[in-house]
Amino acid sequence: KYLSTFIKTLYSTSMIFYSCVLYIICEVPLNETLAHLKTESETLKSKLEEERAKLHDVELHQVAEKVEGLGQFVMKTRRTLKGHGNKVLCMDWCKDKRRIVSSSQDGKVIVWDAFTTNKEHAVTMPCTWVMACAYAPSGCAVACGGLDNKCSVYPLSLDKNENLAAKKKSVAMHTNYLSACSFTNSDMQILTSSGDGTCALWDVESGQLLQSFHGHAADVLCLDLAPSETGNTFVSGGCDKKANVWDMRSGQCIQSFETHESDINSVRYYPSGDAFASGSDDATCRLYDLRADREVAIYSKDSIIFGVSSVDFSLSGRLLFGGYNDYTINVWDVLKGTRVSILFGHENRVSTLRVSPDGTAFCTGSWDHTLRIWA
Amino acid sequence: MTINTLAKGGCHREQMACFRKMEKVIVAMQDPDMGMKMRNQRLLITVIPHAMTGHDIIAWLTHKYRISEEESLHLGNMLVKYGYIYPLKEPRCLVLRPDESPYRFQTPYFWTSTRWPASELDYAIYLAKKNIRKQGELMEYEKERYSLLHKRINHTWDFVVMQAREQLRASKQRRKADRIVLECQEQAYWLINRPPPGVNNVLDTGLERPNNFSCRVTLNSDYYKREIEACRKALGRNRVKSSICLEGFLKYSEQYLNHDPIMQGCLPSNPWISDDTAHWTMNAEIVPVPTRLRVERWSFSFMELLNDAMGRREFMTYLEKEFSAENLYFWQACEDIRHGESSKIVEKVEDIYKNFLAPGAARWVNIDSKTMDKTLEGIKRPHRFVMDDAQMHIYFLMKKDSYPRYLKSDLYKNMLAKAIVPQETKKSVFPFMRRQRHSSPSPAQTATQAAEEEGLAKGAGANSAAGSHF
Repeated sequence: KYLSTFIKTLYSTSMIFYSCVLYIICEVPLNETLAHLKTESETLKSKLEEERAKLHDVELHQVAEKVEGLGQFVMKTRRTLKGHGNKVLCMDWCKDKRRIVSSSQDGKVIVWDAFTTNKEHAVTMPCTWVMACAYAPSGCAVACGGLDNKCSVYPLSLDKNENLAAKKKSVAMHTNYLSACSFTNSDMQILTSSGDGTCALWDVESGQLLQSFHGHAADVLCLDLAPSETGNTFVSGGCDKKANVWDMRSGQCIQSFETHESDINSVRYYPSGDAFASGSDDATCRLYDLRADREVAIYSKDSIIFGVSSVDFSLSGRLLFGGYNDYTINVWDVLKGTRVSILFGHENRVSTLRVSPDGTAFCTGSWDHTLRIWA
Repeated sequence: MTINTLAKGGCHREQMACFRKMEKVIVAMQDPDMGMKMRNQRLLITVIPHAMTGHDIIAWLTHKYRISEEESLHLGNMLVKYGYIYPLKEPRCLVLRPDESPYRFQTPYFWTSTRWPASELDYAIYLAKKNIRKQGELMEYEKERYSLLHKRINHTWDFVVMQAREQLRASKQRRKADRIVLECQEQAYWLINRPPPGVNNVLDTGLERPNNFSCRVTLNSDYYKREIEACRKALGRNRVKSSICLEGFLKYSEQYLNHDPIMQGCLPSNPWISDDTAHWTMNAEIVPVPTRLRVERWSFSFMELLNDAMGRREFMTYLEKEFSAENLYFWQACEDIRHGESSKIVEKVEDIYKNFLAPGAARWVNIDSKTMDKTLEGIKRPHRFVMDDAQMHIYFLMKKDSYPRYLKSDLYKNMLAKAIVPQETKKSVFPFMRRQRHSSPSPAQTATQAAEEEGLAKGAGANSAAGSHF
């Protein structure tokens, strides 16, 4: 009779309780085993950090001593894009170097010719908090999503009478909010990250899931595709303070970095693809080298208290731009580790920042409802 | 309307971390040795002790953090916005003025972080106090909120009024200066925790993220086993010495320095600054004569050459001369499979086999037997990545062999020689006159036209929209 009760318990509760009961039968207390695993995990992690440190024979700023310092730095707002009725959450550039797509809290997605500041297309999403948007490589479509847990693709029609929403195509489906999306090398595939802790690769045409990426322990907030020759990896950052590098083919996490002290809001590859930068709520930006397999630089300052929402490199990788929650943009010398300049202008948080495809300018989006182009 | 994230009563980690950092600054500012010099400030007829001027705050921050005055003003403004310092003159305007305006430190009792989250009950008591103390002292929006609260927490209203009266009575027994101070402090607290309409709510942190990530993923034995496995794999990695990796960054930045418009400017001018789009016209995808910088860039890496449409076209011309163009055609066809529609994979793989891999194929590519066997086997069950090995083999063949020779060839050297170096546009004589900003055809439009032309040529109906892929 006792046995049958145990079996019932086994089947009706979760795996954890299953192990609990099993251990009780075997007279081995649960705590010891779980704790044992936890300690082993932590020991291995410290060993890993030791190994990584062994080959760290010099600091980046030391190597950079021989490089000429940067002179006076003047960048100004060259365009202000007004039209969103609420917080701007995300933006992306078109390959034509002048058009952008932006999305906001009130559900609006707008395509602008940033050069003339004209609005060319506008879509109202059926949800609020559109946190992700991306321009297709062909320039003929945009993808966006947010609290609807989906990523949808809208072909851009030039027919003024046509309602863009009519041709909308639902591509990705997550079980929590969509935090970021990006087309891969073509209009045919989209990579997404979500509050459900996973990233996923989707076929646009069929809406089919091609690959999913599990490994983050909490919301994934950002991702970036590697500019590599073989084009097969991407990096993601999340609320678990981890930045993970993934193989798109196998779905495996090939490298992981955990040095930030808080959520990672933004990740961006260094132009050569050998490293990536991250921006976090802990008010620092960090640079991770993939071949050295470690963090190689921290960009921080006492007077910078508020978190980084978004980072991007200038074309040569010498400068790192960070958009911060205290409404400013800090410009860092990537090699020397110093802060080159601070830019004011926005009247609320900078939520998104991207350098244009030819590096002539960068665009910021802010909770003050505007976007600015800086050059 | 902003999302009321305080309603959930949760502690927002990001906010808390910022509060702690600001509090450190505040504590440093009040340090007896290194902190600010306080003095008495006159407010009408009352003297308020322990106050400082806007100037003092900015000077202290500038000195302590070695930053510019502009940045100190900004940082100081944040401290005021978050309620750590409040103004004595114009107390409703939470702005740091870089002049002799008097400010005071908020008492820790009224720090937002101390009394998180601000409770409705406390707000009701505060508004009730104001109402009782002086009729008509409540602002319009405060009156509205007061009546809303009255409806919502009607069951405790007696308690609210009683508390309000009690607190007012207690404050009457204080010295006038203390009373004014307390009123200012309390007002500052509520301006932040219940901002008036139209004012940014600094406590708005947007969408709530998980507070404790262990809620999402159970930290059970499976989780730790995965972590252990990942660590073991990572320990087995090959790593490169830092000195070698870091030199790589220096080299890369140096090589691309002249190509970085933000660092070095661009010729003839940066379109965003001069409103002149010549730079974009000269660097369009296909031009009769490319710019010198562009042609130079083809020599930086094989990827740069292939990523540029003109570069790729030139390279193809070179390969034709060398009778090895099939390599590039093959590589392009493989890319097309990898990044193309799922539905066309089978068809495309068949084409590749016919054109490049089958014995006697028109454009037969020379792959080593091991890779060839593996690929032919894989073709039986075609999928997106079936050509990967073969593609990489050919890619590296071109990169190691044809590419370096191309760079040494006359074809490339001539291209470099006749490439344009644009003249820098002189700054306009009338800097106030803005150039006309012309629009450009949307990529969606050119795609529509191309598709239409294609449709007409094929004799099919011109039914194509911009979404021809869909």
